[in-house]
Amino acid sequence: MSFRKGAPVSGMLPDELQENPTAAALADIATTGNLAYGELTIEVAPSSILEALRRAKHQLGFERLSTVTGVDRFPAEPRFEVVYHLQAIQRREWLRLKVRLPGANPEVESAFAVYRSANWYERETFDLFGIRFLNHPDLRRIMMPDDWPGHPLRKDYPVTGERY
Amino acid sequence: MLDTKDPAVINDGGITSELEVERDHDQREHTPGATKTMVLNMGPQHPSTHGVLRLLLELDGETIVKAAPDIGYLHTGIEKEFEVKTYQQGVTLTDRIDYLAPLSNNLCYCLAAEKLLGLEIPPLAQWTRVMLSEFTRLNSHLVWLGTHAIDIGAMSVFLYCFREREEILRVFEMFSGQRMMTSYFRIGGLALPHPRGWQKRVKDFVDIFASRVDEYEELLTSNRIWTGRTKGIGYIPLEDMIDLGVTGPMLRAAGLKIDIRKDAPYSSYEKFDFEVPTRTENDVFSRYVVRIEEMRQSLRIIKQALEGMPSGSHQADAPGIVLPDREKMKTQMEALIYHFKIVTEGFRVPEGEVYMPIESPRGEVGCYMVSDGTQKPYRVHWRGPSFGNLQAIPKMIEGTLIADVIAGLGSMDFVLGDTDR
Repeated sequence: MSFRKGAPVSGMLPDELQENPTAAALADIATTGNLAYGELTIEVAPSSILEALRRAKHQLGFERLSTVTGVDRFPAEPRFEVVYHLQAIQRREWLRLKVRLPGANPEVESAFAVYRSANWYERETFDLFGIRFLNHPDLRRIMMPDDWPGHPLRKDYPVTGERY
Repeated sequence: MLDTKDPAVINDGGITSELEVERDHDQREHTPGATKTMVLNMGPQHPSTHGVLRLLLELDGETIVKAAPDIGYLHTGIEKEFEVKTYQQGVTLTDRIDYLAPLSNNLCYCLAAEKLLGLEIPPLAQWTRVMLSEFTRLNSHLVWLGTHAIDIGAMSVFLYCFREREEILRVFEMFSGQRMMTSYFRIGGLALPHPRGWQKRVKDFVDIFASRVDEYEELLTSNRIWTGRTKGIGYIPLEDMIDLGVTGPMLRAAGLKIDIRKDAPYSSYEKFDFEVPTRTENDVFSRYVVRIEEMRQSLRIIKQALEGMPSGSHQADAPGIVLPDREKMKTQMEALIYHFKIVTEGFRVPEGEVYMPIESPRGEVGCYMVSDGTQKPYRVHWRGPSFGNLQAIPKMIEGTLIADVIAGLGSMDFVLGDTDR
């Protein structure tokens, strides 16, 4: 499994993905990718996530953005992953896009410009992980109260206790 | 009267925030000649919001200018909780996410973990899972139908629906010992073997239920008040629904044949013969018709499962993962060791990540599970269908009458536990 180890090689996809049409269309912006458990994962640099989403929607026919969420790899660096799950309804295909963000000031371009369903999912990711989505139309907390300190799904946020 | 050409009225983005409602209201207050509006706070303790949904409505007379849903009142940190429970313990949390469809959620979680583990589930367990998932669909649709009808003013439908729901809960109780928080599906199979005499109870239900669905239809389908309140109400263009993250019966009522049970069959759904009902009207009434028809299809699946239930074990042959048989545990040293290890520390799941979508009564439930190779999930993200569906509320009700809000909300069939997690 390649998703946790080492720095990704730029512009390189592993051999098993060379013939996958979805991977091929994203090959020039992909930093790495894998096909595990029958699920395709493509990682891109944070700067090219909008380009990847646009291509997925308009060229590859992934009409639906099913969910956006985060993973905290604390204390590893880059600390955060933002994970997008897309679905192509007619072709019955799923695609996972992923970007990695640093622990200090994590921010990435909002997917709202391409898929409007990103609205609440990104608000949730912002609320629970503290990842900022640039150019999001309404980036506020959604689950926690507006004056809540800290971001509960971060790994350094305790599970029990009265205060953060 | 409301000027529908006013750019502030037509919200093309399809999203509205609470701030935007207040801003728009203030702006109108201070603009001479502008239509004056009123801001109405609906919920979070409003009976027709089915839980704790808060809606902020900006009204011009009875017309809704802007509407903004506000969620998060039922956030319980379930995703965080998953990270400190072992994999098997996590099953109990899934019941509490969508408390009207506990077994669908159990199934989704177990399938995700089993995908990571590469477990082969015996046919008996798979068929039982299908059968009980369909019972869950019936259960959920009955609660939906009853409360939806009560919202619109048809009191008696609720009583009929809950009469049948009671029978379904008895089936759940028979299998799992629990009426609502069943946790009956476990990673590796089922929690318990089949109870004695389950066939009779299921058969009794199957025999009567088809006529009961007809009864609901008799009460509603051609009822003039019902059709008047539901036909042509709650329209959202299909493209907008897809783009806003809506799934499930709402899409099917708009003519899109989408059902994960058919598109990516899981737990041997491919062995069952059933139809995916669709309509094209895309209003509250068509969503009602789709769900009624889904109940009939679920009944077909339950019948097939009852008649063709395979024999065999209810758990996978995976000694380190499923608890050993009670008798073996008391007589064999090895089984005792496994039992001790599973109970005290759980089992390790190989490193990896999976996304497991299934079709719950409300739409796509997805479990994104990340494992780092330990006994506890590194991260579990729960994609609840209600969360995605609720995003379409402004698009649906802006520009309509306030009385139609209730009908429109009911047709979405959301559960706030599922939205807020």
